[in-house]
This record gives sequence, structure tokens and C-alpha cells, in this order.
Amino acid sequence: MQKIKKYLGIVWIILAILSVIILIITAIENIASKGGADIHNPIPWIIIITIYLPIAFGFALFGYYAFKEEYHV
Amino acid sequence: MQSEKGIWKVIAASSVGTLIEWYDFYIFGSLAIIISEKFFPPENTTTAFLATLATFAAGFIVRPFGALFFGRLGDMIGRKYTFLLTLIIMGGSTFLIGCIPSYQTFHFAPYVILFLRLLQGLALGGEYGGAATYVAEHAPEHKRGYYTSWIQTTATLGLLVSLVVIITTQNSLSKEDFNNWGWRLPFLLSIVLVLVSIIIRLKMKESPLFAKLKTEGKTSINPIKESFGKRQNLKLVLLALFGATMGQGVIWYTGQFYTQTFLLKTCNLNAIQTNTWLGVALILATPFFIFFGWLSDKIGRKIILLTGMLLAVFLYRPIFSELFSITNTKNKQEVSTNIHISKTVVLNNSADSLITKTTTTNFTDNTVLVETEKYVESVVKTGNNQPKESKKIITLDSHYKWKIIGLIFILVFFVTMVYGPIAAFLVELFPTKIRYTSMSLPYHIGNGVFGGLVPFIATLITVMPGSNYLSGLWYPIGIGLICFIIGLVYLSNNQVKNS
Repeated sequence: MQKIKKYLGIVWIILAILSVIILIITAIENIASKGGADIHNPIPWIIIITIYLPIAFGFALFGYYAFKEEYHV
Repeated sequence: MQSEKGIWKVIAASSVGTLIEWYDFYIFGSLAIIISEKFFPPENTTTAFLATLATFAAGFIVRPFGALFFGRLGDMIGRKYTFLLTLIIMGGSTFLIGCIPSYQTFHFAPYVILFLRLLQGLALGGEYGGAATYVAEHAPEHKRGYYTSWIQTTATLGLLVSLVVIITTQNSLSKEDFNNWGWRLPFLLSIVLVLVSIIIRLKMKESPLFAKLKTEGKTSINPIKESFGKRQNLKLVLLALFGATMGQGVIWYTGQFYTQTFLLKTCNLNAIQTNTWLGVALILATPFFIFFGWLSDKIGRKIILLTGMLLAVFLYRPIFSELFSITNTKNKQEVSTNIHISKTVVLNNSADSLITKTTTTNFTDNTVLVETEKYVESVVKTGNNQPKESKKIITLDSHYKWKIIGLIFILVFFVTMVYGPIAAFLVELFPTKIRYTSMSLPYHIGNGVFGGLVPFIATLITVMPGSNYLSGLWYPIGIGLICFIIGLVYLSNNQVKNS
């Protein structure tokens, strides 16, 4: 179990980085394809990306702590 | 610890205040359409921008900041006065929204509304952690789950109260009176509710655990630094967020709000049936918040939280698919179709008119489908037969009532499993001196950001190529699954750090 905890840490770091990349690409694509819905409006995207970046950093940090065996009991 | 009689006063004072805060927060959302007509005219790009900010910023940005700001205050000066302050800010802001003249007479109205809405988000961010901490610190350790679960019912009951107040106001007034001034009444009523709650809360004493820390001079000087600057505590904040509140937030939001949107917009079920049946399911499921809080004292918080998440992950698609199937008219046999065309509405400043085509279809199971299409006459004459507006409303026969209520009940039942024990779980994860700050942030990121994003991300997924009516569920399913794995691997069933 301790090994699973440790190596899953890498998965969380990768997921954190991937989620930011996907979010930014999706934002650019949806803002570019203009329309009346919220998903085509840049304001929600700016708010979401701004608030999500520190969360993604936190997720990567969680992965780092897991990899460093900080969650071993 | 508190006597049995005393604890109920504590629970009542905390729960009533938190319920009122939720009520205040929800009425803005429930009356969003009329607020946008009165204060944010869409033809003006600045006001449209402010409306978007009011919708998104209050839920996403401001709530976590409220958690930090009031959490810090609560760990420094005490729980009682901090969550009294959040109540005053929330009640005052809500009351003032009901007093502001409309955009036509007061052009600064959108800015004032945005400011008040942000204050509401800030206050909500500070309220929950205070109420949960206050109750938990009065409760005996072996009954924390049970006593704090009463606070957990307030989010659902706040939604119910807001719906009841709005529906009662609408039914008591003519449509014209409600649109002119009646919509202000639910906002103005807030001041009465808040005053009553303030009087109750003023009579309460400070939490015994915090009072003891204060007497001993052991309160935190800088709770934010201690909560997030020290690795020992920061890693617990991250664990609380990614192993519990993130999944709990999406399941809470999907069960209570996405279900409503799905029935109204995807299934086209009529609003009265949707809201009434949802209301019945909420009432029936609410006692389970308390049941699972109580059960978590017996068998642990983790097992209940994770079981709720896993059930949601596996059963969301079959349940939503069944809801869609019941309302899908393609599965039904037509009896008769009646088409009615009217040309009554004359568009402003022209001789043009709007043609309304209403098609009513009856089915063998007594389902009625009403399709309304509106065409602009001058556009039709150019050969373009695309309707300007198109709307479908399905009214189901009453024999479907309990089946739909049952399915919604199951969705809310998952909410009660993940939400009932969460306050006790969060409170027990952190030491008393930084508890308010440490628990508030993961709670509001989990619920405000991850939960609040459910409608936006779900809409985003459903417009992607190859998606269908169930594709929006991949977001709560995915987040729920990641949270389940993290919770399963890293959380301990008795992660009590109570000091």
C-alpha cells in the first residue's frame, strides 16, 4: 500500500499538469468559436483559469508530498 | 462538554443562521432572470459583463477568499463573533439588493448589485466553517457526526425555503405585480430572518474549546501562515480537498442542481412538475443527512463518504438515462396532434410580426408535448424557415410522479452520504487553533469551484463532437472517481487530530 501511495504521487503530478494544458487549449478553442453561450465568453474562462491554476499547483504539490512519502502512516 | 439540552440550543442557533445564509445565496440564483432584466440589460455590453462577473465570481473566487478572511478571524477572535459577522453581512447585502432602484432610474445599479453579490459570496465563505466548528466544539467526540449533520441539512433546506418563498410570493401576486415589485419581497424578508437569528446567536457563548485556548493564551497569531505555511498542516488541507471535498462538491451539485437543469433543459419537463418533484425528493432525503452523520460516529466517516462517491460514479449514467427515457416522446405512441398558429405580437418600430406556431401532441400514456416555434414574418418571406425561438415542454401523467421522485431521491441520497459526515470529518482533521481557517478553504474550493463548475463543464462537454445527452456527466463521474481513489488510498478511517 505504501508503494502505491508513493507512485500514485507521480500520477497526480502528471494529471495536474495535463489538466491545466487541456483547460487552456479548450478555453482558446471555445472563445475562438464565437457564440452567445457562456462557454464562448472569455470572462468565465479567465475567472476559471485564474482560480484553477493555484488548485492545479496544489494538486501537483499533493502528488509531490505523496511521492516523498509524507502520507505514509 | 455541553449538556444534551445545551447542545440543541447550539445546533438551533447555528443551523438557523446557516440556513438563512443559504436562503439568501439561493434567492439571487432563483431570481436571476428577473434580476438580469431589472439590473443588467443585455443590450448594454458593460452590464452584460457585470452580470457574468456576478454569476461566476461570487461562486468561484469570492467564496474561498471569504473562507480565508473569516477563517483567520474566527481562529483569532473566536467562532461566535465571526459567524455573527458573516450573518450580518449576508443579511444586509440581501436586504439591500431588494432596495436598489432598477437600471432605468439608477445607472450604477449593476455595479452595486455586483458588489453586494460579492459580499454574499464572501459571507457564505466564512459562515459554514464557523457554524460547523462551533457545533463540533460543543459536541462530545463520539457524537460529532450526528450533531454536525444538522448543519449539513441547511444547504438543502435553504434551497427549499427559497423555492417556497418565491413560489408563495408569485402565487400571491399578479404576474405584473410580481415583475414590478413583488420579486423584491424575498430579498426584503431576509432582514427579518437575519434579525431573529442574530438575537438567538448573541445569546450563545463562545465555543468551549476555543475559549479554553484563549484563556491559556494558545490561540494562533497567524492562522493562515500556520494552516498553509507549515507542511504538516498543508498536506492535510490538500488531502481534505483532493480526497474528500472535491468529490463531495461535484456529487452535491449534481444531485441537487444538475438534476433540475437536466429535467428542465434536456428532458424539457415542465417547470412545475420538475420543481415540485425535486422538492418532494429533497424533503424525503433530508433526514438521511442526519442518519449518515449519526452512522459515521459508529462506523467511521471514510467508509460512508467513499461509498457515496462510488455509488454516484457507477449509477449516475443509468439513473439519468432512465429519467431521459421516461420523458422521451420517441418512446411513446401518439394519439392526436393539434396545431395552432397565431400572429399576434407586433415587433417594435415596424410593421413586422411574430408568427407563433403551437403544436400540441397527446400520447397514449397521457403525456402531453407542447412545441412552440416563433418565426419573424419578414424573415419567413425571404424563404428562411428557421424559427427565431423554439421551445418544447413535456407534461407527464401523474402515474410517473413516484418513479421520477424515486430516481431524484436516489441522486439526493448519494448527496446525503457524502455531505452528512463531511463537517465532522473536516473538523477532526485539524487542530483547534487553526481549525476554522484550515477546514473552510478545502470545503469552499471543493463545493464552490469543483461543484460550482458542474453546469459550465457539463455544457462544454455536451457541445463537443460525438457527445450525447449523458456526456455532461463525465465531469462529476471523473472528479468523483479521482477523489474516491485518493480517499481510498490516503485517508484513514479515524483521522482524528483533535487537540
